[in-house]
Amino acid sequence: MSKRYSRSVAVAAAAALVLTGCGGVGGGDDEPAEGGAVTLTTMGFGVGDEIASTRVDLADKTVGGKAKIGNNAFDAQQFLSAVASNNPPDLVYMDRQLLGTYAARGTLEPLESCVESEQIDLDQYRDPALAEVTLDDKLYGLPEFYNNRVLMVNDASVQSAGLTPDAIDPGDRDLLSQSATKLTKKNGSDLARIGFDPKIPEFLPIWAKANGVDMLSEDGKTANLDDPKLVAALEYAVGLIQAQGGWGSFKAFRDSFDFFGEENPFAADQLASFPMEDWYLNVLADVSPDLKFTVAPFTDEQGQPVDWVTGTAWAIPAASEHKEQACKWIKTMTDSETWIAAAEARRDKRDAENKPFSGVYTGNEVADEKIFGEIVDLADTPVYDKAVKNVLEAQESAFSMPSSPAGSEFRTAWQDAVNRVLSGQQAPAAAMAQAQQEAQAALDNATGN
Amino acid sequence: MPAPANDRKARTRRWFAGFRERETWAAYAFLSPWIIGFLVFMGGPMVISFVLSLTDYDAIGDTRNVGWANYEKLLSDPKIRTSLANTMIYTVLAVPATMIVSLTLASMLHRVGRRSAGVFRTLFYLPEVTPKVAVGVLFLLLFNGQVGLVNGALGLVGIDGPQWSTDPNWVKPGLVLMDIWSVGGTVIIYLAALNNVPRDLYEAAALDGVSAWQRFRHITLPMISGALFFTLIVQTIYKLQTFDEAYTAFYGSAASAQYSNDAALFYLVYLFQQAFQFLHMGFASAMAWLLFVVIMIITIIQVRVSNRFVYYEGGDR
Repeated sequence: MSKRYSRSVAVAAAAALVLTGCGGVGGGDDEPAEGGAVTLTTMGFGVGDEIASTRVDLADKTVGGKAKIGNNAFDAQQFLSAVASNNPPDLVYMDRQLLGTYAARGTLEPLESCVESEQIDLDQYRDPALAEVTLDDKLYGLPEFYNNRVLMVNDASVQSAGLTPDAIDPGDRDLLSQSATKLTKKNGSDLARIGFDPKIPEFLPIWAKANGVDMLSEDGKTANLDDPKLVAALEYAVGLIQAQGGWGSFKAFRDSFDFFGEENPFAADQLASFPMEDWYLNVLADVSPDLKFTVAPFTDEQGQPVDWVTGTAWAIPAASEHKEQACKWIKTMTDSETWIAAAEARRDKRDAENKPFSGVYTGNEVADEKIFGEIVDLADTPVYDKAVKNVLEAQESAFSMPSSPAGSEFRTAWQDAVNRVLSGQQAPAAAMAQAQQEAQAALDNATGN
Repeated sequence: MPAPANDRKARTRRWFAGFRERETWAAYAFLSPWIIGFLVFMGGPMVISFVLSLTDYDAIGDTRNVGWANYEKLLSDPKIRTSLANTMIYTVLAVPATMIVSLTLASMLHRVGRRSAGVFRTLFYLPEVTPKVAVGVLFLLLFNGQVGLVNGALGLVGIDGPQWSTDPNWVKPGLVLMDIWSVGGTVIIYLAALNNVPRDLYEAAALDGVSAWQRFRHITLPMISGALFFTLIVQTIYKLQTFDEAYTAFYGSAASAQYSNDAALFYLVYLFQQAFQFLHMGFASAMAWLLFVVIMIITIIQVRVSNRFVYYEGGDR
C-alpha cells in the first residue's frame, strides 16, 4: 500500500465520516382513502389495546376516513425531520411535558379555532392536564391519560417482615427509612428484595412537592432546582437507595424485573413498596389478579396527599393539511363518550377473563365520573376496590408541571443531575446547582431573555 | 520534496490535454455517479453544516446569524468537555483492543486450513452484521451487574464483577468489551494482509533459527504494517464517532434516558441531543465541525508518525 494512497484514504475517510452523520426521514403521505375521504396521518401513537382501538374506531367514524396509525412511540428526530421537510403528519401524540418545546417554535397549531368550530367543552378536561398543554395562555393540545402517582405496597412482603402497610409512610421519613431497611432482603452481596424504591430520578418532582418545592415556576420560565428543600429531598431519596445496597446493585436488580409479566416484582416478592403510576393497577389486574397489595396516596411530612400527574396529548402540527378533520378526530379521541366506550370494552374483556377491571384514568373528568361511578365494579375484589378509591382520593390533590418552551432541556437537566448523584459523581447540592444553571440557561434561551 | 514549478505546469497541461481523448470523457462518465453523489450527499451537506454553525437554527423556524457564538459556546459548555473526554478515553481503550483482538484472531485463522478458515471467517464476521441497536440492548442484558452473563461468568472464577451499566468507572470498559464483539471486518483485513506476506521470508528466517516471536516481530508486523496503519486510521475515526450502542443503552428510549449516565455521554450522543432533542441545530453543527477538526488533527499526527513505522512496498512514490 503506497504512502500517498494511505494518506488519501485517511483524509477522505475523515472528511466523509465526520460531516455526514445526520440524515432526515420523511413524514407520512396524504393519499385520499377510498371514496375520497381524508386519510389522516399520525405520529407517536399505537393501537396496542382495546382502549386505543375502540377510540380510534370512533374517531375514524367521525371524520369518515381511516387514520394511519404508525404504532411507534413519539420520535423527536422523525417529527422534526417531517416538519422541516414540510411534510408533517396531521396529528402528533406526545408526552405533555414535551409539548411546550414544540409549541414555542410554532410547530403546533394553537387550538382556539378548533375548540370554537367543534364546540369542544374544555370544562370536561382536568385542569392540571390542561395546564400542561397550555403555553402563554394558548391551548396546543387535548389531554389523554392522567397518570397519578400513588404509593403501592406489597402486602405479602411487609407481612413477612413483621410490618403493616402503614409502615410505608412518606410523611414520616424516619419510619420510612427504617421500614425500607427492614424490608430489604439480600442474598449474599446480591439484592433479593428492594424494601422501598423511591423511583428517582423519574419521580423527583413528587419528592420535591412533598418538601414544598415547585421545580418550575407557574409560567414555566424560572427553574427552582437548587432550592435547599429540593436538595434535602434528593439527599433523603438517595440515602434510601444507599441504605439498601447502593445504586449499582439497586438498579441492576431492578433491571432484571419482569415488570409486566406474571413474575412481576410484587408477585415474585422482589419489591416491597414504591410510588408508582396508576396504570400499574391495570397491569397487576391483568397478570396477577389475586395479588394482595395496598395503595395509598403519597404524602408530604404533614400527611397531606401529593399526586404528580403526567400524561400524553394530541396536537395538530401547524403545517397539517387537514386541520379541520384532525380537530374532529382529536375531539372524539378525548371526548367523554369515547372514553366511556373504551372503558366498557376493557370491562367486557376483563369480565370475559374473570379479572378485575380497575378503571381508566383519563384527563377527562366527565368520563372518569361515569367510568368510576358506573362501569368499574370491584365489589368482589376488595383489594382493587380500596386501591381505586385511594387513587381517586389522591387525584384530588394532583399537580402537574407547567408547560415550558424548554421542557425537554429542563427535564434532561434535573434527571442528569440526579443520575450524577446516584452514580457518585457529584454531591446533591453541586448536582442541583449545575442543573439549575443548565435549566435556567435553556429557559432563558427559549424565552428570549 | 516539492515538485518543481515547471513539472507542475507540465502535469496540468497533460491533464487538460487528456480531455481531447474520448477515453478521458468515458472515464469521467463512469466516475460521475460517485462525483455527483459526493457533491450532493457529502460536499453540499458539509457546506450547509458550516453555514448553519454560524446561525441559531431550530430546524423549524428561520435561521438567525450569530457569527462565531456557537463556537464560543463550545468552549464554555462543560458537557462538551465531558463528552469529548469520554470519547477520547473510549477511543484510546477501544482502538488498541480492537486491533489486538483482530490480529490475534486473524493470526489464528491464518494458521488453520483454508476450509476451516472459511467457516471461522464467517462466524467472526457474523456479529458485524448485527444491528448496533441490538448490540446496545444486548449490552444491558449481558452486563447487568446482578443477573448478567458476564458477571455470572466472572463469579464462576471467584470474581465479584463490577456494575458495568451504572458505575462510571466501568461503563466505558464495558462498552469497549461489547464493541470487540464485532471485529470481523478488521479480522478480514488482517487476514488478507497476512496471506500476502511472502512465505520465503519465513522460510529464510526458519533456516536462520529465528524464533516465532522474532518472526512475528521482524517479518509479520513490518509486512502488514500498511494494513495496521489503515485500520488504525479508520478505527480511530470510527470510535471517535461512536454513537449507536451507547445511545441505545443509555439514551434511546424515554425510559432509558431517565437513567442516563454521564460516563456514557459520548460526543455524538451529545451532538444528537443538541440537534434533535433540544433543537439547537446551529450549535450541533458547530459541534460537528469541532469533531471534524479534532479527527483531522489526530489523523494528520497518525499519518506523520506512520512514516517511521509503516513499510510501503512501492517506496515513497
